Amino acid sequence: MKYIDEFRDGDLARGIAARIAAEVRPDRRYHFMEFCGGHTHAISRYGVADLLPPQIRLIHGPGCPVCVLPIGRIDLAIRLVLEHQVTLATYGDCLRVPASDGLSLLKAKARGARIAMIYSAADALELARRQPAGQVVFFAIGFETTTPPTALVIRQAAAERIANFSVICNHVLTPSAITSILESPEVRSFGTVPLDGFIGPAHVSTVIGSAPYEHFAQEYAKPVVIAGFEPLDVMQAILMLVRQVNEGRAEVENEFTRAVTRDGNLKAQALVSEVFELRRSFEWRGLGEVPYSALAIRAEYAAFDAERRFALETKKVADNKACECGAILRGVKHPRDCRIFGTVCTPENPVGSCMVSSEGACAAHYTYGRFREIAAPAA
Amino acid sequence: MTAMDDARGKPVKAGYVRPLDFKHGRVDMTHGGGGRAMKQLIEQLFAVAFDNEFLAQGNDMARVPLPPGRVVMATDSHVITPLFFPGGDIGSLSVHGTVNDVAMAGAAPVYLAAGFILEEGFPLDRLRRIVESMARAAREANVAIVTGDTKVVEQGKGDGVFITTTGIGVVEDGIDIGGARARPGDAILLSGFVGDHGMTIMSTRESLAFGADLQSDTAALHGLVAAMLAPVRDAMLADPARGLHALRDPTRGGLATLLNEIAGQSGVGMLIEEAAIPVRPQVEAACEFLGLDPLYVANEGKLVAFVAPQDAEVVLAAMRAHPLGANAARIGTVTADPHHFVQMATRFGGRRVVDWLTGEQLPRIC
Repeated sequence: MKYIDEFRDGDLARGIAARIAAEVRPDRRYHFMEFCGGHTHAISRYGVADLLPPQIRLIHGPGCPVCVLPIGRIDLAIRLVLEHQVTLATYGDCLRVPASDGLSLLKAKARGARIAMIYSAADALELARRQPAGQVVFFAIGFETTTPPTALVIRQAAAERIANFSVICNHVLTPSAITSILESPEVRSFGTVPLDGFIGPAHVSTVIGSAPYEHFAQEYAKPVVIAGFEPLDVMQAILMLVRQVNEGRAEVENEFTRAVTRDGNLKAQALVSEVFELRRSFEWRGLGEVPYSALAIRAEYAAFDAERRFALETKKVADNKACECGAILRGVKHPRDCRIFGTVCTPENPVGSCMVSSEGACAAHYTYGRFREIAAPAA
Repeated sequence: MTAMDDARGKPVKAGYVRPLDFKHGRVDMTHGGGGRAMKQLIEQLFAVAFDNEFLAQGNDMARVPLPPGRVVMATDSHVITPLFFPGGDIGSLSVHGTVNDVAMAGAAPVYLAAGFILEEGFPLDRLRRIVESMARAAREANVAIVTGDTKVVEQGKGDGVFITTTGIGVVEDGIDIGGARARPGDAILLSGFVGDHGMTIMSTRESLAFGADLQSDTAALHGLVAAMLAPVRDAMLADPARGLHALRDPTRGGLATLLNEIAGQSGVGMLIEEAAIPVRPQVEAACEFLGLDPLYVANEGKLVAFVAPQDAEVVLAAMRAHPLGANAARIGTVTADPHHFVQMATRFGGRRVVDWLTGEQLPRIC
């Protein structure tokens, strides 16, 4: 595949790996958080960690939209679809997220709930057009990347006066989550989570640009390097972070220049602010209530807000006590520190959200990396 | 005016039955009811298409002779959407699926039984296309469909057509090929490109119109198996440690699932090379686009062989000389590993576990 294979080239990877190994100081450690699930996935799938010197530790961040979705939101969707006879359209990743009473959307489907797996927001609207007699509710989820398409279908539904379409909006914001991590006592006061820099989001940054991260670099003195989702992007970003740390710099650098500008996609930003407004607070799994960290549908488009149309209320549900997803999402713990990892909690039977999506820290570690814990024999 | 004709003493044409309307007709409940309509469907469609001496006996069962050796049996149900796809349809697929399961014992398939569950309202012309495609696939594979069954379910209770086929084949005494026989050191040979079938089906489904030049690899593999056995048969009969140890076709769950199955069954580990696995650029691109991994995508005309190291080269050469194995490759080696991990050396230079698929393969969001 042209334009993709170039970013997965093993020879180039070895070249960057050699430079990283040459530049890291033997006497110190480097803790970098990759915020995005896309990076977590690339690191595990291509075995990036194998190419890094032992001084570098990668911490998986909370940037997996499925992982940070609180149980209460899935419960709300399940109640809606079981009680109101609507069709719920959502992305495949959401289907297996464990909810209360041993349910998930997939299990609700087996109980007769009408749930359609879709590939894009446009598919959800199309579904509503095709079955005008029934209500279609789009369970919208994701960071800034998937928000503009949701805004677009809401605006389109309004223009076409489609009366049987509405949206449950779960869109969340990257900068607020990073702030929440940097403000957490583990990072700020206790210093139990050493954090030397961030690998900044790829697709999210194409929309919001690189400017929003400048605050973190200035205020918290943490370097940020925005990187693409290909494994060479990640390697290059790590090298750039190592250099910033070594030189005592804390700047926003952009490795992903082929797609990200300082200002981002202004058209998409305008569209999003036309349709959405900030929620005063939103619950994240692992981070708890985070102020101004999510979006809600504006009053002008209230007719398309499923939470208003069906008078839905989110009930708070506590996570399973044994589950360490919260601590893992904040970088306080590693999946292997969780007592139920790989025993009670597996990808087939996820207890916590990090085990659900392939981008989740636990699922990625279970699927691609757990052999490292057991000294595997050489071939 | 039959009654009047009767009254005048002119006899009605004996046993006249209006032929099935294959142009506009549809399956209705009477086609599974056990009466005349069912008899007619069997006689005018199935018996004509499958035509062989055993089916012609018209019994509820078939009494068939078998060549010497041990009997191999397999059964497979087919429930595919869409029913017709580039490279095949549910008819040819239902023959190949079962023939291949039988062939993976190193056996020659001889007979098939076919069970149809039809949905009321299914167009007869589509049913005929499916049955004729099935007959063609069976003829090409040199197996006879000797017995069968038809049931009709009410509209909304089926998905057009479901087909279950059961196959019988025969394997020579002394040839023991099975999933529990892979041994550390065995070469892992793959017969060609992975992911063609699964990505064809996905791209044919409504909303994902891409990959116009892609088609399903559905094919009967017993010819390829016979070609692989030929050069090592004598050695295998003399020494069970030689030749082919295990064969399996990577259907649902793809190559990754197959490797994990065999690793568990044989109590071994595996190490494969990402760079050695043949994947067509279109399949790779489509997978990339959807966030899928080609290693988990279904195939219907590929096999994986676990071969004693000293016989790997000759078996690989035999595969490459056969049209269904022209792109065969050695993709890895069986290792000793008490945890039965399947590991892969990535093209990027790292190493990772290739694990069981969890649930269904679902596209990622980011």
